[in-house]
Amino acid sequence: MKGRGKTRLERNDRLVRLALLVVAFSAVSVLVVITVFIIEQGTPVMFKYGLKSFLAGKDWYPSEKAFGLLPMIIGSLYVTAGALVIGVPFGLACAVVLTEFSSKRVRRVIKPVIELLAGIPSVVYGFIGVIILVPFIRETFGGPGLSVLAASIILGIMILPTVISISVDSLQAVPPSYREGSIALGATRWQTVKMVLFPAARSGIVASIILGMGRAIGETMATIMIAGNAAEIPGSILKPVRTLTSNIALEMSYATGEHREALFATGVILFIIIMVLNTIANATSAKRRRQP
Amino acid sequence: MRRLGPRVEQKVAQTTLWVMTLVTVGVLLFIIFFILRRGLPVLSLEFLTTNPADMGKAGGIFSTIVGMAVLTLLAILIAAPLGVGTAIYLTEYTWGGPVTRVIRFGAECLAGIPSIIFGLFGFILFVTKLKFGWSILSGGLTLAFMLLPTIIRTSEEAIKSVPPAYRTVSFSLGSTKWQTVTRVVLPSALPGIATGIVLSVGRSIGETAATIFTAGSALRMPTSIFSSTRTMSVHFYILAREGISMPNAYGTAAILIIAILGINILTYYLMNRFIRKYS
Amino acid sequence: MSDVAIRVEGFSQSFGAVRKLKSLDLDVHRNEILGIIGPARSGKSTFLCALNRLNDLVRGSRVEGTITVDGQDIYAPDVDVVALRRKLGMVFATPVPLPRSIYENIAFGARMAGVRSRTKLDSLVRDSLEKGGLWEEVKDRLGTSGLKLSGGQQQRLCLARILAVTPEFILLDEPTSGLDPISTMKIEESLRKLKKDYTIILVTNNTKQAARVADRTAFFLGGELVEVGPTAQIFTAPSDKRTDDYLRGRFG
Repeated sequence: MKGRGKTRLERNDRLVRLALLVVAFSAVSVLVVITVFIIEQGTPVMFKYGLKSFLAGKDWYPSEKAFGLLPMIIGSLYVTAGALVIGVPFGLACAVVLTEFSSKRVRRVIKPVIELLAGIPSVVYGFIGVIILVPFIRETFGGPGLSVLAASIILGIMILPTVISISVDSLQAVPPSYREGSIALGATRWQTVKMVLFPAARSGIVASIILGMGRAIGETMATIMIAGNAAEIPGSILKPVRTLTSNIALEMSYATGEHREALFATGVILFIIIMVLNTIANATSAKRRRQP
Repeated sequence: MRRLGPRVEQKVAQTTLWVMTLVTVGVLLFIIFFILRRGLPVLSLEFLTTNPADMGKAGGIFSTIVGMAVLTLLAILIAAPLGVGTAIYLTEYTWGGPVTRVIRFGAECLAGIPSIIFGLFGFILFVTKLKFGWSILSGGLTLAFMLLPTIIRTSEEAIKSVPPAYRTVSFSLGSTKWQTVTRVVLPSALPGIATGIVLSVGRSIGETAATIFTAGSALRMPTSIFSSTRTMSVHFYILAREGISMPNAYGTAAILIIAILGINILTYYLMNRFIRKYS
Repeated sequence: MSDVAIRVEGFSQSFGAVRKLKSLDLDVHRNEILGIIGPARSGKSTFLCALNRLNDLVRGSRVEGTITVDGQDIYAPDVDVVALRRKLGMVFATPVPLPRSIYENIAFGARMAGVRSRTKLDSLVRDSLEKGGLWEEVKDRLGTSGLKLSGGQQQRLCLARILAVTPEFILLDEPTSGLDPISTMKIEESLRKLKKDYTIILVTNNTKQAARVADRTAFFLGGELVEVGPTAQIFTAPSDKRTDDYLRGRFG
């Protein structure tokens, strides 16, 4: 069994392994490259004008070199919070109905519908918002219609598939014995859900909420179309608002020089927020995987 | 507050939950029907095969379809080998050591980055620094990086579901690792991998923020990899936002939705084939 | 005295900190059927997988001692493991047909070894299926999926599959443990016929199967070889009390 073939084959296998290792690092290297570039382009201007004026400044007038991001930071926060207020309850309701209260046939109809929701481009959502929701808000509640409320509703709808699918996975991962045990003790199905399943699936549900949050914060096209894009801290949910993402997208095409760099800086802030959220989401799902 | 008995509470809860679910489903169906009702009449063979004219007010959307197709094709050509290769490496050639964790962390972080950041990054690197300009090349490269995490994740799952016994049998018949991977594992994982790629195609169809800053928004038919081009979703966005032509906007949106629907159906078909293979 | 095809000397196998085989000394004679019996977890399967170095695929695998097959130390550093695994074909406890046609299942190993000619593959497939006792039953449906066969047929398919790579040894790990009596009988019948051209090692949980089929039988317990000898002698007058206890069902 001594063979020249052996060394050749083994060498081939080792080459393949090396080649694949290089390929596998592509994902990591892309991430690193993106991080490096965004930071390289965005940080100089932040330090030139001072981090505090950047993050806490209330005025965004690029032509006058005022680069205060506070309105946009608060804008993103409000809109995301609003999206969660709308998306999470409805999302969890759907998830619970899908896993606990519906027959297989019903599930086979609803699930694809929800997955279709996930595929609709954000610009279409924005469009619907502009055509239907914004006038409705304007006529019913007053204000310009382009508002925190409109953005929250549309974003809430957009994060539904994320919340639903991950929550469904978490609920389905709860061992059937939990349910059976609870019913055997005389609890109703709702009580089972409330007191046994939700706590058991808690980390998965939390992960889904955090991921939904990440999606809402990162959404650009829909918010541009319906949020109003006024660079001021909104006084009420009926007032227009601009998010960090919209800030970048709106002015990117014509910004030059320091203005452009300020937009990159906005990107840096956004990037950091997303990274923090991602890490938290990863940590909670890692905890979920380690749970029995 | 008066305490509701458990039976009543159950009924109330169940009803509320069902109402909320039906509202959710209803909203979605409403969106689809709304667009289709106004968009389908606009659609015709002519609409699909003529180029836009007069800023999009007249003519069709042919160049945008082509732009979108070429962009997606380029992105998949780059992302699929990289993504599947990474998935193969993660499942077949390592076992949970620090290297795996780093790669997986990278892929998951990439998955969470919003498209506008990719657009920004693509703009800085490809359009400006590398001087590709607003082009299919810039757009395709940027899209490829966006799709990479999805392809990695779905390919990994597909490869992991191939029964370990197949690998053992293959080795015991005298095969190298690479032969086992290419002749046993990959063929069995193919439907799952294909699903991931199809899903990515669906995602890139709807992608606007990343493409508008890298591929630009030229209305003309692209002539080379360095031409700027406009995808359907970008076209839709511009039509709608600038109020250029509502009917055409609806038409474009209708095509977008039909495309997504088609892709979802294709995904289901592929997934079913995948499941049937192992029953 | 028959010639020794495999010689195991002082062989130990560990996985990480766990030692599964402890200093085995065993000879396998050419063209015999060697039966290996013993309770669960006694290292029988591990031993089999050590012979074709399938254990190498498990993380943390370490060996001591030597195993010599046809005069060559199979753990020597320049050994072609791929060729080794073709030389010692293995049939597993659960039949695992690959998700392809019957024809392609059989041709699989041959293709990997580089056989390309269609005529060669055709005759190889027919030959192997005949030797495995399956030809008559499937000759008209070679294109159908291997997954569609019954359990017994699948196992015979797996047997034919390894025959297609022209091994010299056939290693079987509890091949009939999940099969009905008729399939079991058919496989045992095939083994008796194959003994002429191959050396066969049969691990079995069923002592009666060893009594029916094996020329010599070895008794493994807790990773050690307790004793080995002609089957008739082991079953009627074992030299070790542990063997006697196991055969009488006092434990196991």
